[in-house]
Amino acid sequence: MSMNTPDYRTKLTMETFGFLPELTADEIYDQIVYLINQGWSPSIEHEHPSQIQSYYWGMWKLPFFGLRDPNAVLAEVEECRRQYPDHLIRVVGYDNYTQCKGHEFVVYRPRGM
Amino acid sequence: MAQTFDAGVKDYQLTYWTPDYVPLDTDLLACFKVVPQAGVPREEAAAAVAAESSTGTWTTVWTDLLTDMEFYKGRAYRIEDVPGDKEAFYAFIAYPLDLFEEGSIVNVLTSLVGNVFGFKAVRSLRLEDIRFPIAFIKTCMGPPNGIQVERDRMNKYGRPLLGCTIKPKLGLSGKNYGRAVYECLRGGLDFTKDDENINSQPFMRWQNRFEFVAEAVQKAEKETGERKGHYLNVTAATPEDMYERAEFAKSLGQPIVMHDFLTGGFTANTGLAKWCRKNGMLLHIHRAMHAVIDRNPRHGIHFRVLAKCLRLSGGDQLHTGTVVGKLEGDRASTLGFVDQLREAFIPEDRSRGVFFDQDWGSMPGVFAVASGGIHVWHMPALVTIFGDDSVLQFGGGTQGHPGGNAAGAAANRVALEACVKARNEGRDVEREGADILRDAARHSPELAIALETWKEIKFEFDTVDKLDVK
Repeated sequence: MSMNTPDYRTKLTMETFGFLPELTADEIYDQIVYLINQGWSPSIEHEHPSQIQSYYWGMWKLPFFGLRDPNAVLAEVEECRRQYPDHLIRVVGYDNYTQCKGHEFVVYRPRGM
Repeated sequence: MAQTFDAGVKDYQLTYWTPDYVPLDTDLLACFKVVPQAGVPREEAAAAVAAESSTGTWTTVWTDLLTDMEFYKGRAYRIEDVPGDKEAFYAFIAYPLDLFEEGSIVNVLTSLVGNVFGFKAVRSLRLEDIRFPIAFIKTCMGPPNGIQVERDRMNKYGRPLLGCTIKPKLGLSGKNYGRAVYECLRGGLDFTKDDENINSQPFMRWQNRFEFVAEAVQKAEKETGERKGHYLNVTAATPEDMYERAEFAKSLGQPIVMHDFLTGGFTANTGLAKWCRKNGMLLHIHRAMHAVIDRNPRHGIHFRVLAKCLRLSGGDQLHTGTVVGKLEGDRASTLGFVDQLREAFIPEDRSRGVFFDQDWGSMPGVFAVASGGIHVWHMPALVTIFGDDSVLQFGGGTQGHPGGNAAGAAANRVALEACVKARNEGRDVEREGADILRDAARHSPELAIALETWKEIKFEFDTVDKLDVK
């Protein structure tokens, strides 16, 4: 069987959803709804591209404990992006029952990344 | 009350059949499926199993009177029909806690599945389930790290992990092997795996493999911005060899090693698990030989028991079958023991083959590993069946891709993430699977090719070991 198989180029994918096309605002909204409905706390982290290999990224404010409005989370992402336009930003769903992140995915990459 | 010694052989049921007994919270409970020899009453067969797996022997002995046998004996306390099998019955047996050494799964199995399985009065015997009392569980260390710690160390959240066993399973040199690992990891897998029978053969000695694999892992990590690992198999001829290999893996900065818990044995496994806890290493567990023990529905040990024993002995990931791939595994039954690996409390549920409530207390959970004959079309079903706390391993389904390992890995990763995203959006991933995959393939030529390559492959044979249901 002969097929057109393009060369697969290694990409800086950075974990969950790194292999999907960039998420639209609506798609990010749906994921935030999901993590809130799991009972998790939304939270936002950001980091400069030179530091993204470390476990800890900077926290954008505190985790939004008890926040159930997805639009409010999106507004915080937007505010974080304005303050740190050259940083990557990820949204986290924090599960205090397992004391572990239940969900985490990058929502913003600076131009050229 | 003083007893007198009455030499000779007496019916087991006089001592070991106690239908009025109410099990204690501290008792270890077992359910056996028994097929007695013709003419042996069920009560006598059940009592014989209780006796032979605890304090009894075939004849009375005077030394019984030196101790309090009423305290130490196992008791058959209930008998049930097996649905769909007129010859067999379930025998429920309670064992007092003091029959077992603390923290020793070896000791439990030596009693429960020891001599009794060759006993003439039963034609066949199968250990279906064990209820471990929390008092015993607290004496076992269990998984070296557990699900949450593994997620934190590997920095992977919100989805199942992806793995792949390097093929051909035997015969590659260390350098070629490392190439195969690197290609899989840079393409999007989280883990690659030594095949279980890769130990240290003439074509590739272990140290050579470990060194090349370590570079593959580190390079892929740097390029993808993701944590990566390769299960370095440290199963070996002797415990000393096993620890030497594990130490070397650690010295190379590798995150995870691997062990075969049945062929290696529970003593080696428990020791290695303790080493892993002490040394901050993850532990992947393979299960070679399990089908010899667990596949016959009338004889042996059900895998749910082996899975529980592994959680107690220690491991961070355990193979559970795939339900949908090339290897045996009934869906409800598989979910039954997957729960035993991951949850803190599992209630009795006969529809999943769970015979007892099981409280695991604070024991860490184990990732369920689905591996064997699965490919990208199975992804929607796998995500639905196994959920996030699983490792989905596509061996041929990665390396059989026309574009090679990296393209195959990327195809699987795209498919996985598309299914997880759709699930989170509230879609029925199993029903809409084909649409979800085709949509995702529009932005991934690797996935489009994978979907075309494996579109006709199915494994539709009936399960041999089915749950006993009406």
